[in-house]
Amino acid sequence: MTVALRPTSLSEALDALGANGAVAVAGCTDLMVVDHAPARAHATVVDLSRLPELRGVREDSGGLWIGAATTFAELRESKLVRERFPIVAEMAGTIGALQIQNRATVGGNIANASPAGDSLPVWMALDAEVEIAGRSGSRRVPYDEMHRAYRETALAPGELIVGLRLPAADEALEQRFRKVGTRAAQAISKVVVALAARVHGDELHGLRIAAGSVAPTPVRLRAAEALVEGQPLTPDLAAAAGLAAAREVTPIDDVRSTADYRRFVLARTVRRMLLACQGGEA
Amino acid sequence: MALSSPLSPLGQSPPRPDGPGKVTGATRYLDDLEVPGVWYGATVRSKVAAGRIRRVDGDAARALGAVVVTAADLPGPNVLKVIAEDWPVLAAERVEHVAQPIALVAAPTRELARRAAAAVVVEVDAEPAVFETTDPATTLPSGRDRVLASCRSARGDASGALANPAVVVVEGVYSTGHQEHVYIEPQGALAIPDREGHFEVIGSIQCPYYVHGALEHLFGPGSVRVRQAPTGGGFGGKEEFPDMLCAHVALLARASGHPVKIVYERSEDINGTTKRHPSRVRVRTGHAPDGTLLAVEIDAVLDGGAFITLSPVVLSRAVLHAAGPYRCENVTIEGRALATNTAPNGAFRGFGAPQTQFAMERHMDRAARALGLDPLTIRARNAYRPGDVTPTGQVLGDDTSALECLRVAAERADFLRRWTLHERARAAFHLRGLPAPGIGLSLFWHGTGFTGNGERKMRSPVRLALLADGAVEIRVAATDFGQGTEVVLAQIVADALGCELARVRFAEPDTDRVPDSGPTVASRTVSVVGSALFEAGQLLANELARAGGVVADLLAGQDELVVEAHYEPDPTTDFDEATYQGTAYAAYGYGCDVVEVEVCPDSLATTVQRALFVADVGHAIHPVLCAGQLEGGALQAIGQGTIEEMRLENGRYLQDRLTSYLIPTAQDAPDMETILLEHPSTMGPAGAKGVGELPADGGAPAVIAAIENATGIACGDAPATAERLLADLLAGHVVPGGSSVDPFGLELAR
Ligand SMILES: Cc1cc2nc3c(=O)[nH]c(=O)nc-3n(C[C@H](O)[C@H](O)[C@H](O)COP(=O)(O)OP(=O)(O)OC[C@H]3O[C@@H](n4cnc5c(N)ncnc54)[C@H](O)[C@@H]3O)c2cc1C
Repeated sequence: MTVALRPTSLSEALDALGANGAVAVAGCTDLMVVDHAPARAHATVVDLSRLPELRGVREDSGGLWIGAATTFAELRESKLVRERFPIVAEMAGTIGALQIQNRATVGGNIANASPAGDSLPVWMALDAEVEIAGRSGSRRVPYDEMHRAYRETALAPGELIVGLRLPAADEALEQRFRKVGTRAAQAISKVVVALAARVHGDELHGLRIAAGSVAPTPVRLRAAEALVEGQPLTPDLAAAAGLAAAREVTPIDDVRSTADYRRFVLARTVRRMLLACQGGEA
Repeated sequence: MALSSPLSPLGQSPPRPDGPGKVTGATRYLDDLEVPGVWYGATVRSKVAAGRIRRVDGDAARALGAVVVTAADLPGPNVLKVIAEDWPVLAAERVEHVAQPIALVAAPTRELARRAAAAVVVEVDAEPAVFETTDPATTLPSGRDRVLASCRSARGDASGALANPAVVVVEGVYSTGHQEHVYIEPQGALAIPDREGHFEVIGSIQCPYYVHGALEHLFGPGSVRVRQAPTGGGFGGKEEFPDMLCAHVALLARASGHPVKIVYERSEDINGTTKRHPSRVRVRTGHAPDGTLLAVEIDAVLDGGAFITLSPVVLSRAVLHAAGPYRCENVTIEGRALATNTAPNGAFRGFGAPQTQFAMERHMDRAARALGLDPLTIRARNAYRPGDVTPTGQVLGDDTSALECLRVAAERADFLRRWTLHERARAAFHLRGLPAPGIGLSLFWHGTGFTGNGERKMRSPVRLALLADGAVEIRVAATDFGQGTEVVLAQIVADALGCELARVRFAEPDTDRVPDSGPTVASRTVSVVGSALFEAGQLLANELARAGGVVADLLAGQDELVVEAHYEPDPTTDFDEATYQGTAYAAYGYGCDVVEVEVCPDSLATTVQRALFVADVGHAIHPVLCAGQLEGGALQAIGQGTIEEMRLENGRYLQDRLTSYLIPTAQDAPDMETILLEHPSTMGPAGAKGVGELPADGGAPAVIAAIENATGIACGDAPATAERLLADLLAGHVVPGGSSVDPFGLELAR
């Protein structure tokens, strides 16, 4: 039998999570799938949906604060999000389908830490910071340091993701997102890429490109970034960056796709996104 | 038959009586049925694809309070009789595929049943298994011959014609993979025992009398009553497989003395049940320079899985449809079904015809290119006309509409102009980054009802009962598992009686109450069962007329008056199974699909934008349901052609759940348009032809043709996943005009 606790504050929730075998649940869209086999059911689940500390999307010193219990439907519809970070709204609209978006949360997506989690490369490209709380206090972790190994995050046992901070975005911030799945809805990514950069003439500055489903964790494409950063962006350079991206990742053959395909698509997508920043056809 | 009077319900689209319950959730499917004292069953399955069973020990499961059944506990022969007698109820000495049932358990709760199943000890000495039809092994590890069935259809002299140096010879090899039915409701069955050792079995099934036969074979005559529960989809997947599952619940009910229910989990269902037969088809054709077919030579190999089950008849239909709806004097078609160590492949909408016609349709596109023709012209030159002769020597009737379907579809879609435009634009797509548009078409035919003399052997009986309240009850074994059978058959009966539709009811298919009007397969329900029902309706109408229309007079104190009729095929036709000569099918439906796609230049992902389905259904008794069959069937076939991939790893399906075995969602469905043509056959009521399976033949080749038009990638394999297209590109499988996909990044995949 599973006991469900419904705390109404963060500190209550953190206390509840201190118990043996307790696990946090938000939208339950990952946990229910894993827990389907009764043998794997958890003793105690702690529902995060009533914690005011984890909710909402707010302006935050020019940037944005997104509560961990925010659903992808909320992100998809938020005016703030759409204006400042259109790729966040775009990404949110590709998670599962409408029913899943109504339940699935940002915190759940991050903590579940699937290499195919669609929001993860977006947070990485936007240089987000994760706000984490535990019984011994709270801390902030740059998103780049959030995913340590296959399905392993910087969260310590009993810790919760409270929210994300996205640094200020201005008009010059180019943002791109592309998810490649097998079908139009309810598809897990075969390759997912997010890009952010500031455009100065024909150069990109502060370029950050991140990708999912091409390594055991979401990854920054640092070799590709380094090639392009601050250089006049030509089609040849975009192509070289695409190839560099494909060579710095470690995709696998699995039930959904092949390593060859993932490299091919990553190279072409990175090239396309870079060209698009220059007003090329996206 | 002057059927369609102005008042006739034929050609209307009345609502389905089963609709409201299904839409509101009131309908109770098998899993919803509450039975006092019910126990739950679970199945212990093989983890390896081939091996010798050393030990099966259920003591630990029994210690948990479960009953355990193994092959040693069967009351009758350990065989589910389909065509041959090689399909065991439970594996005894050997296992021959992953997920083959070895033992059964039942317990008072689902959880306990699951734990008990896990506690059964099975020891197997694994043996190297055979997974590919191309494997040269002549026997399975068990020693059984790999040739499960073979057949041959020939007319004229194909090899002679192909040897003529003036003939343009085109050759290709095409393949299709496993396809899962994905009925929404998984397989499930419930057996309720009584004190006399008899059973009532209720199942999510297509063919109550198949189950009846299988259980009588196991438990003896008179032992079983079979009822169909409301069934959430079948597509052929609930044709032969439920024999197995119903036998299992009955065995557990017998062992435990309790009602026993099993509803499969999705992954158990995918691993343990039938799939569409994978195929590998070699086609060689000889043409005159104008495209005219002078010779067709086809070698079709189907992967039957580990047991014979229905493979001989699937193969027969595959061979009889293989040359497509095209006239040719010199045709040789050879077919073989080979065994592999997978679950038996079985019935699936289309029953072999989609596989061979996929090959023929892709081949016609290849031949067109080889001859410098377009897809429309080569088909128009060769499509069947009335009076043409099929490879079995059957002379086609006046209702032969292949050319008409092609013409209507091509005109409506403006096919030739757009196909040509995309062909020319292809080279310009390099680097532009826009999705590449393409259009493709397929032309196909599908024989209605059982192959050859099947319907003659069956002589399907049907009954109508006139009840005291004046209602008329249809009593047939035809099942509705989503198609709308109940309303369509009621329309036919109401038409024969000249009565209100509301007066006609549909009896629950129950072997204690309805005659064996045959299985619900082969697109035979409206055409065959419906014909017999029309006869019965006329008999009843005559009786009523004699009684001056007064029901009470006719019943004369009885509860009901029952009339029976049989389906009688045309007595002048015959099919010789030895020579494959004669009337293969009493009627043929024809169809032409036009599919439009866009292919992403970076991911090679296909988006299906629009689709047009033109089909000759003989007579559209319920046009809305006809269009529904055509749309759903074509979408299922488009899925087969694009994304429905199933690969094997050590004999286990890698894509064994719905997160990995992907079918098109509503978001993936194109804008669809259906045009129904009506060229009445001499077979079905008011000329109706089969419609259920026809659309399964056309979607896959049409969508891959469209991908070829868009990208220049010449793919002969279904599904044409993005990964498959990349592999084809790398292998140089590109049409002479070249590909629209720029080569950037290809070196990464080499
Ligand atoms: C049909 C379907 C389609 C899907 N499609 C997609 C898709 O397209 N893209 C995609 O990326 N994902 C997809 N998913 C996966 C899933 O929906 C997402 O990962 C979702 O974001 C998980 O959020 P949740 O709130 O439901 O998490 P839950 O299932 O409630 O929790 C998941 C994990 O996160 C932990 N957790 C939750 N919140 C917190 C928190 N605040 N702090 C610390 N730990 C926490 C839980 O303890 C648990 O371990 C799909 C799932 C389904 C069932």
